[in-house]
Amino acid sequence: MRQDHLISATQLSRADIEAVLDRAAEIDADPAAWHGRHSGSILGLCFFEPSTRTRMSFDTAMKRLGGRTTDMGAVESSSVKKGETLADTMRVLEGYADALVLRHPSEGAAAMAAEFVDVPLVNAGDGAGQHPTQTLLDLYTIRENAGLDDITVGIMGDLKYGRTVHSLASALTNFDVRQEFVSPESLRLPRSVRYDLHGSGAQVREHTDLDGVLADLDILYVTRIQRERFPDENEYRKVAGEYRIDAEDLDVAKDSLTVLHPLPRVDEIAPEVDDTRHAKYFEQAHNGVPIRMALLDSLLETDTEGDR
Amino acid sequence: MTDTDRELRVSKIRNGTVIDHLTAGQALNVLALLGIDGSGGETVSVGMNVPSDTLATKDIVKVEDRELSQSEVDVLAVISPEATINIIRDYEVIEKQRIERPESVEGVLSCPNRNCITTGDEPIRTRFAVLEEGLRCHYCDEIVRESEITSHLTVT
Repeated sequence: MRQDHLISATQLSRADIEAVLDRAAEIDADPAAWHGRHSGSILGLCFFEPSTRTRMSFDTAMKRLGGRTTDMGAVESSSVKKGETLADTMRVLEGYADALVLRHPSEGAAAMAAEFVDVPLVNAGDGAGQHPTQTLLDLYTIRENAGLDDITVGIMGDLKYGRTVHSLASALTNFDVRQEFVSPESLRLPRSVRYDLHGSGAQVREHTDLDGVLADLDILYVTRIQRERFPDENEYRKVAGEYRIDAEDLDVAKDSLTVLHPLPRVDEIAPEVDDTRHAKYFEQAHNGVPIRMALLDSLLETDTEGDR
Repeated sequence: MTDTDRELRVSKIRNGTVIDHLTAGQALNVLALLGIDGSGGETVSVGMNVPSDTLATKDIVKVEDRELSQSEVDVLAVISPEATINIIRDYEVIEKQRIERPESVEGVLSCPNRNCITTGDEPIRTRFAVLEEGLRCHYCDEIVRESEITSHLTVT
């Protein structure tokens, strides 16, 4: 596999992460200096399931670097509908673009696709697996608000199927971070993520409610409890209500607590929280552009230099 | 009674493979691993819970006219690490195949994660990294504990 595919947060070292975050900070400081840097380059957007933020931020990032994007469009209007394999689709599309971004509903899709292409491939979410570029923008936002060492991060919601959680938990092991996971018993972290956390020696605790840990947190990362995961609607309602935060809940939190969410939210963060000093999730979403500019700049720069 | 005498409890084979010192209870899983269910007409002898000097009890499988692929040996090493493999020609042991815990196992297990890309029609073989106490899908990261491995054998 090429060294410059980005498939999983587990492949990112602290130095890798800091390099992207530093470059994103440079972009943030002087966006105009990066315009036109990759004119002539084309990024292929291959989204096999719906996406708003990820798709548009990659599109925007490439255009702000002076490049262009080519988009396979909706699955319903592509050859995938005719039964083409993902492997074949990706082998065709690599001929159209200098780098590819893949979002797919199956876990492992990006890892497999990477075996079939020779242009840099970025995993933009594979089922309940990984979402490493979301993690980079999460880390960027955390660094801006709390730093990345000697902090306590609470991650609450659907930890089992939440790919952003899996990537973030893994990446945080590169830093001096205490991780507090809060979820219903049925949506605890999957075995593979727990295995990696244990193996890395990370400081990790698991809880079924937020009350006991909220006051200690520097970051609270909330994810949606996914209704579709519950066979029984009543079970969902019972659980979902316990993992919703409102402004009053945050009274016990540190003044400096930063609340993040990969979005879209449904009702797990009350709208009134938006007006508190804690809410940083829209800023977090905006950070997707400089982060993806930094990542694409790095990938395309490497490619231009022929470092394959 | 020697080990050789005990092996005679299940008939000797002329040509093929003797898989000995299997962890007791694994014989049927080994047959599943080899894709043997009797329908192929193979001559197979199976001993289960046979007394053993080195293991309290063991299983033993003798398969006529069949040798194991490396992938099959790799899985065997995971589910029954004490197993020994003897290749038989004209009733004589002509080779003792070494069995070592591999770094990965390819093509003989399906991933239990129904949403793993390997469960579709893609042109790839399953691949699992071998951990201390199980296997991990190279593609989706799903971990399969050793006790669960035989449930996911891909019978060929």
